[in-house]
Amino acid sequence: MADTEGRDVRANQALLEVRNLRVEFPTRRGTLVAVDDISFHIDPGEVLGVVGESGAGKSMTGAAIIGLLEPPGRIGGGEILLEGERIDNLPYERMRRIRGRRIGAIFQDPLTSLNPLYTVARQLIETIQTHLSLPEKAARARAIDLLKEVGIPSAEERIDHYPHQFSGGMRQQVVIALALSAEPRLVIADEPTTALDVSIQAQIISLLKRLCKEHGTAVMLVTHDMGVIAETADRVAVMYAGRIAEVGPVEEVVRRGKHPYTHGLMGSIPHIGGEITELTQIEGAMPRLNAIPSGCAFHPRCERVFARCSVDRPELLSVDGAEVACHLYDDAGREAAD
Amino acid sequence: MSETAHIPDVARTPGKATALVEAQGLMRHFDVSPPLLNRVIEGKGRAVVKAVDGIDFAIPRGETFSLVGESGCGKSTVARLIVGLYQPTAGNIRYEGVEIGGRANARNRQRMQPRMQMIFQDPYASLNPRWRVERIVAEPIQARRLLTDRQAVRTRVGELLTQVGLSPADGEKFPHEFSGGQRQRVSIARALAGEPEFLVCDEPTSALDVSVQAQILNLMKTLQRKLGLTYLFISHDLAVVYHVSTMVGVMYLGRLVEWAETKTLFDNPRHPYTRMLLDAIPDLEMSGRQRIPVAGEVPSPINPPPGCPFHPRCPHAQDRCRVEPPKAIAAGGAQVACHAVEEGRI
Repeated sequence: MADTEGRDVRANQALLEVRNLRVEFPTRRGTLVAVDDISFHIDPGEVLGVVGESGAGKSMTGAAIIGLLEPPGRIGGGEILLEGERIDNLPYERMRRIRGRRIGAIFQDPLTSLNPLYTVARQLIETIQTHLSLPEKAARARAIDLLKEVGIPSAEERIDHYPHQFSGGMRQQVVIALALSAEPRLVIADEPTTALDVSIQAQIISLLKRLCKEHGTAVMLVTHDMGVIAETADRVAVMYAGRIAEVGPVEEVVRRGKHPYTHGLMGSIPHIGGEITELTQIEGAMPRLNAIPSGCAFHPRCERVFARCSVDRPELLSVDGAEVACHLYDDAGREAAD
Repeated sequence: MSETAHIPDVARTPGKATALVEAQGLMRHFDVSPPLLNRVIEGKGRAVVKAVDGIDFAIPRGETFSLVGESGCGKSTVARLIVGLYQPTAGNIRYEGVEIGGRANARNRQRMQPRMQMIFQDPYASLNPRWRVERIVAEPIQARRLLTDRQAVRTRVGELLTQVGLSPADGEKFPHEFSGGQRQRVSIARALAGEPEFLVCDEPTSALDVSVQAQILNLMKTLQRKLGLTYLFISHDLAVVYHVSTMVGVMYLGRLVEWAETKTLFDNPRHPYTRMLLDAIPDLEMSGRQRIPVAGEVPSPINPPPGCPFHPRCPHAQDRCRVEPPKAIAAGGAQVACHAVEEGRI
């Protein structure tokens, strides 16, 4: 990390540190690289938003951190440290105990993260007892408290219901309760509001924010919805084709995005109010994993492309409080562009 | 004009072209009752989902009318009613003044049908994976016998693909060789192949990424300008709706709660539900505005609340709202179905 000021502090404090992570899929026709040499960190109690379009590798990064990469996907390099301890090379059983206890997970579709054959009570109690040694009764009491905390009305009765008896928003509340049941230090939320209606989205986002503040839990919020990020995150990482294009404080990235991709992404979001004009559009589409362009992966779609972009791969550079991977902000690059 | 007496005012504003498509008291109920034996043994009654429960609107030629609402509010059912995929339970649909709703008007429907087309939400499910794009796009041309000569069909398909931003050579490919945005372009090319004047678009960009969504929305607007198309646009995304439409109707549990011209609706939302939807949009400007999350969710349409369907979630609900369903009234250029607005409480 080029941010020298933050380095000493972070060395003691970073809750999650990802260094040069690489996720790859070996196939018969060669190895596909879904996440290519990315590094970032999350501080305790911080919400890091990870945005990007489908295929950018954001969910893969999340899955790699909790050790849930689907084979043949595998970590091809780099390290992941949770509170200073390396977790990417742990045996399955040790990782299983960290998952849920120290890292919680919330996925997009609440119906598939809950077992339809078990009552909510059974699922919550099982999770609590797996991670905390509590007797049945105490675990049940804790489960009810959790449901109350996430805002389920008449939790004492609802706890004995099955997932299908809950509405979409309430199911996601139950999933949040499950994720928080062992008081993890980090929650990986992968598109937690994408399957929900806007009015419910607002409820879930404010719930997630409140709980993290109260419990001091850090969150890695993976989403393609810039609006959700702008509202929730402290820092944002913008991903493109398996790389981080830009990372920085939320206002910097959302308001004054530096990378041409961030710029285009923000411009293409329709706004309410003001004159109705054509939306900014980024020509083309995200490249496929088997055809990632050379140099900067964004160069075929970039409006400000110059010769160096197709040859040299840009690394993250520190620019005005944010970090940007773009040759435009490199001295040599600037000259070439001028 | 006596026939169109209860069409919303917005459709009759002077200077506007006459309505191309009108719906009057449009209703569609679905019977979801348990089987007869269960009803007899378990003593259960019939159950009916009132997916669309009496809505009126009119779409002037060359304009875009959007329906917004949360999932389950009946907006897709309206789309399917208009293109004739469902038969209405009651009410009328008129196309250029000709009634096309219901079995009694099947002949009229047949006559008017070629003039409308539909674009679906999921570009992965709506294209036949075993057909080449050329065949997919050529199908409406052949079905309508617009062109018979094979070479002419080929040329026309090439033109259509170019028009939607693909190349004629893409006709050789299969749908799986395209990305989501490109597939939606193929769907649009297929819809245009039948030379329609009216397109029903059911969430055409919901399955796409924002940058691709921008491409498709811009394309749709360009095509509208060039070909003089009229759109019925269905979406749950208010920002998208603001961008594409000239008129907007907000639906809640099968009814239109408010409809007006786009500017009017967004500048001055009147119905508490419209306000709630607008408040719930995440704030990209980061002005520090606190979103007000609304309690509760959309109730089941099988057993909707009596009176105004929105009253259990409404901050302005009073006794009257719990009993009497509100009727639409004109308020400041908009049509609003709300007792509180009628009584001047909000």
